[in-house]
Amino acid sequence: MRQRVLIGLAAIAAVLFAYNFHTIFLRLPDEASQGAIYRIMYFHVPAAWVAFAGFFVALVASVLFLVRKGLRYDRLAVSVTEVGLAFAAVNLITGMIWGRIIWGIWWTWDWRLTSMLVCWLLYAGYLMLRRAVDEPTQRAKVSAVFSIFAFADVPIVFFSIKWWRTQHPQPVVWGGGSMDPAMMSALFANVIPMLVLAIVLTALRMRQEEMRQEIETLRRLSYAA
Amino acid sequence: MDERNFTFMFYGFAMAWLILLGYVVALVARERKIKSELDNLKRIVEGKEHLK
Repeated sequence: MRQRVLIGLAAIAAVLFAYNFHTIFLRLPDEASQGAIYRIMYFHVPAAWVAFAGFFVALVASVLFLVRKGLRYDRLAVSVTEVGLAFAAVNLITGMIWGRIIWGIWWTWDWRLTSMLVCWLLYAGYLMLRRAVDEPTQRAKVSAVFSIFAFADVPIVFFSIKWWRTQHPQPVVWGGGSMDPAMMSALFANVIPMLVLAIVLTALRMRQEEMRQEIETLRRLSYAA
Repeated sequence: MDERNFTFMFYGFAMAWLILLGYVVALVARERKIKSELDNLKRIVEGKEHLK
């Protein structure tokens, strides 16, 4: 049943991606000054939103673990963090490729770029930390605290372009810049399949965590026998 | 479509899909490894229970 739902969701994401790509490449007008490269935005921005949504779910799951002590919250936190990290990597890499053309450089230590890189490193550190602790409850506790701490960087990334002067473009969705309504709707439309894809990947990852916990229980049984 | 910067746009989309595809491949490989480890452990535990 669960498998069928996941396959169905993946199929929906694929159809939506195909439709959106048709819109992005064939129906939308070109941007006057940037040429074709501006289309990276349709992947770059939704990838960041999906990553942040994932990190927020990880924050909620971590708090719930500390309050209720259920290991399923820990499973959700680690799964959604790993998937969020993949989307954050998409955001960073596509941004660098865009910057190479528009700014003439691959990278600059600007507030937005630096805080996003720090965010990525923090969550990569979260995954590395988990490997360092063997005892499952202890690992879940330490990771939950770290995840809550790491989330402090997400609002900094989000508001950095408002709080400081940055090279990064001003937001077109909430003040500052502006965008053609057709481009705006294509941007929002591409968030949906990415979110669906992230949900499918998180569910697959959670299943692995369930199996890992089963392995840990069996190992203890095997040593005890 | 405007052909200015088309190559770098292609690189951008290609990298985005490569990252996601790479993650999916890693996920599938890890699932196989975990499943085989789980099966092995189940066999060991069952074997020990039979010996009791």
